[in-house]
Amino acid sequence: MTAGGDTQSGQPLGDDPPLVEIEGLSRRFDVSSAWLNRIVRRESRRILTAVDDVSFRMVRGETYALVGESGSGKSTIAKMIVGLLAPSDGVVRVAGTDPANASGEALAAFRRRVQMIFQDPYASLNPRWRVLDIVGEPMRVFALAKGRVEVERRVGALLEQVGLSAADAAKYPHEFSGGQRQRVGIARALASEPELIVCDEPTSALDVSVQAQVLNLMRDLQRELGLTYLFITHDLSVVRYMADTIGVLYLGRLVESAPRETLFTEPAHPYTRMLLDAAPRLDGFGREHAIDGGEVPDPIRPPSGCHYHPRCVYRVDGCDERYPPVRPIGARTVRCFEAERVLSGTRDV
Amino acid sequence: MSDPPLLEVEELIVEIPTRRGTLRPVDGVSFTIGRGEILGVVGESGAGKSITGAAIIGLLERPIRIGGGRVTLGGTRLDTLGEPELRRVRGARIGTIFQDPSTSLNPLKRVGDQLAETALAHLDISRGEARDRALRALVDVGIPAAAERLDAWPHEFSGGMRQRVVIALALIGEPELVIADEPTTALDVSVQAQILALLRRLCTERGVGVMLVTHDMGVIAETTDRVAVLYAGRVAEVGPTRRVLTEALHPYTRGLMGSTPDASPERDARERLAQIPGSMPGLTALPPGCAFHPRCPEAMTRCATDRPHPAVRGDTRVWCWLHPPDEPPAERRP
Amino acid sequence: MSVGPDTDADIGTRIDANAAATAAGTHPDARPGAFARAWQSDVAWSFRHSPVAMLAALAFAVLVIAAIGAPWIAPHTPFDPGSLNLMDGFTPPMGEGMGSGERYWLGTDDQGRDVFSTILYGMRLSLLIGLAAVAFAAVLGVTLGLIAGYVGGWVDALIMRVADIQLTFPSILVALLIFGVARGLLPPESREQMAIWVLILSIGLSEWVQFARTVRGSAMVEVKKDYVQAARLIGRKPSAILFRHILPNVMGPVLVIATIYLALAIIAEATLSFLGVGAPPTRPSLGTLIRIGQDYLFSGEWWILLFPSITLLALALSVNLLGDWLRDVLNPKLR
Repeated sequence: MTAGGDTQSGQPLGDDPPLVEIEGLSRRFDVSSAWLNRIVRRESRRILTAVDDVSFRMVRGETYALVGESGSGKSTIAKMIVGLLAPSDGVVRVAGTDPANASGEALAAFRRRVQMIFQDPYASLNPRWRVLDIVGEPMRVFALAKGRVEVERRVGALLEQVGLSAADAAKYPHEFSGGQRQRVGIARALASEPELIVCDEPTSALDVSVQAQVLNLMRDLQRELGLTYLFITHDLSVVRYMADTIGVLYLGRLVESAPRETLFTEPAHPYTRMLLDAAPRLDGFGREHAIDGGEVPDPIRPPSGCHYHPRCVYRVDGCDERYPPVRPIGARTVRCFEAERVLSGTRDV
Repeated sequence: MSDPPLLEVEELIVEIPTRRGTLRPVDGVSFTIGRGEILGVVGESGAGKSITGAAIIGLLERPIRIGGGRVTLGGTRLDTLGEPELRRVRGARIGTIFQDPSTSLNPLKRVGDQLAETALAHLDISRGEARDRALRALVDVGIPAAAERLDAWPHEFSGGMRQRVVIALALIGEPELVIADEPTTALDVSVQAQILALLRRLCTERGVGVMLVTHDMGVIAETTDRVAVLYAGRVAEVGPTRRVLTEALHPYTRGLMGSTPDASPERDARERLAQIPGSMPGLTALPPGCAFHPRCPEAMTRCATDRPHPAVRGDTRVWCWLHPPDEPPAERRP
Repeated sequence: MSVGPDTDADIGTRIDANAAATAAGTHPDARPGAFARAWQSDVAWSFRHSPVAMLAALAFAVLVIAAIGAPWIAPHTPFDPGSLNLMDGFTPPMGEGMGSGERYWLGTDDQGRDVFSTILYGMRLSLLIGLAAVAFAAVLGVTLGLIAGYVGGWVDALIMRVADIQLTFPSILVALLIFGVARGLLPPESREQMAIWVLILSIGLSEWVQFARTVRGSAMVEVKKDYVQAARLIGRKPSAILFRHILPNVMGPVLVIATIYLALAIIAEATLSFLGVGAPPTRPSLGTLIRIGQDYLFSGEWWILLFPSITLLALALSVNLLGDWLRDVLNPKLR
């Protein structure tokens, strides 16, 4: 965790209590076939553990990135944090409130405080609503603006703030490009004056040049408004640009959590190391990758013990039997029995 | 390059007639691919890279059609071929790899059968030999326990393995050229690296030329020998990858490189990403002259009226008035 | 609601398809609401170029205006027994009544009722019942469809099983059943007055299924989209999400179904009246007239059957053709 110093966007980090506390978060889905089918085929129940005992903290004003490939559970974690999904185990706390157990006033306050930016710019805005109504909806729901005139004024100001014009409020989503729609989505997220914004792959669907605009906008907004971002992505280069602290997910487990530079220069988990090596680099002309072999296994039947062990070059006896506990090493936390070896770079025992 | 190029695309134009006039998603695109060479075709969405690939193999859907230019593969003109001849070219001389492996493989046929059938269709061999080749193809692309997997169904493979099978399918007819359209975009990063390395190895070993269409600059940097940068249906520049990426001639390429975040430890993460203002114009709103000029930090008056003519700078070809041609446009290629 | 999380590949493919469709201008959402579109060039253009549509619209308009204007256009009031002259019965078209000497354009029936007037008033009733029944079916079906699509689970299963069961019965039988039950429950005095309402209820209840199914399918697609998640995120109630967010996006096919079912409703009502269980004899509809006419067809008074039948045919056909045209024009894939 980074206390003191500055965030990517230039925000000074304080030593206040963390804004977000995630403890032992787990989520399971029942993906069995229908009851009758199961009986006829003599199948057992199939449970997908999308998230398994994830814990981390976020400090106000920082950007925490959750990185993972398919099956990592990152989107499920995002949904649990904003209260769209209830956890199977564990607890989410944002400014002290647990959305799964809150109601009434406390829940409404939570919803105001926590907003989300979505991945698909073509599905995140209601195509039959004007931008004015889309961005104004949170304002009306949370009674931040009353009457058409005030809503129009505030929406116009927000649109300007995200790089559009106030006149765009009268338009429909289909009149905008993908990047502009994302800006509308950002304006909507800002409408309730939130403290925490969960960003679920906000630029994955955008072209590179548009992505740059949106990422820069997000950084600027963070600085101006003191926002905290939970940034979910699979793209390590974007993480490098946006994050202060990074958590690496593999098959629902948080295998490593570290400050940005620490993670990129001295990864302690074999999976992190492999990811960093595999990510294509702009200066990697003709680069040879360390051979990994293997892909992310089926999340319904994950490998025993440490999920990564079948693909791991640092594997030793016991990795397939026990689930590694969380260990702090320096500024980071890791779940690996052989983390020290990984850090020193030696593969042979 | 002393050998004649394998594929030559000259001033290719693709047209879509609509009620509002004829649109040109590809408007005067030129590049070459040599044997055993990997050419990256990079651009943002709407730049025309996929349509270019489709035009080369003759897979344009009506009413989209080729409106001009030439496509020559090893001496044969492809753009004038009728459908029956094109069918013979596809698979035998050009292999294709698309983004989504679940649509490239027939879900109702076993993998070994699909491979063997393709081999039989394009090579003059017996059924038994076709089956042998299918097995060898699976081994070559790194499928473990290939002999048992010959009889497996496509859905029994994971995403990365399926894409390997698609590569095997593309190469089994012993083509001269492979067109790969975003072959790894739907795959995880770790698998992407493996697949690209496999493609690169197999094609350079067999002297097969590759046209790799992608929007990912990192993939371009690591996998390709040369790269063509597309913008709004036109080429900005084409040349050796390292040169184009590190010493870009065209302001768009420079802008693209500057706005791409990089995971490389060398790059300073704090440096603000460069931004190209605005966005790529749609087909119905193309500006006159150079398509990029409204967004270009170095635009001159000429850029707004005249489309740039190609100029040769060393082994790079560029379309930009910052680099005017030394002589009137002649047919010289790097 | 959903079984498991969407994979990255699913999301990526969907986004690419959306982006490609938007770039090509063919995205189904890339247009404002159905009615806003209707008044732009494309639909009006299509209308002008479709002789069938124009003819059907003209015919329908004429019939509707005639029906609405019945009190003023009709030369007689056929339901006032006092105005009837039994001696005028069985007058052929354009003939003079033997009793009153009046000229009846389309002839009279056995009771001396002017066929022309009866057709006008009958059409009025048929249209009223048809429109009301379809409106009822639409409201019921759309609401149930939305709920089924949004809530899913056992609620969805229940609604859909009820729908399936209902579909196994021919709609006329269902209407008869409901009609019979309602009639049995009502005290005899109010049967006459309530007959219309019961008719509307029974036809409406036999037609809601198609609305529900279509809306359910579209609702299930919309529920997965992020804008619904965004609305849930700010804590909107399910009813607000259903009717303000999802409903506008699933309304498209509803209009088309409604037009087609209007024709079916009109015919259903005619059938029920023909069977004698529909409109009361004091307010005959086209179906009643057809029943009356059938009795006299082979004794030579063909006009009592023919003219109401032609009217019914014209009404149902024009509505049907309009519905077909509307469906084709509002379907972006057929462009």
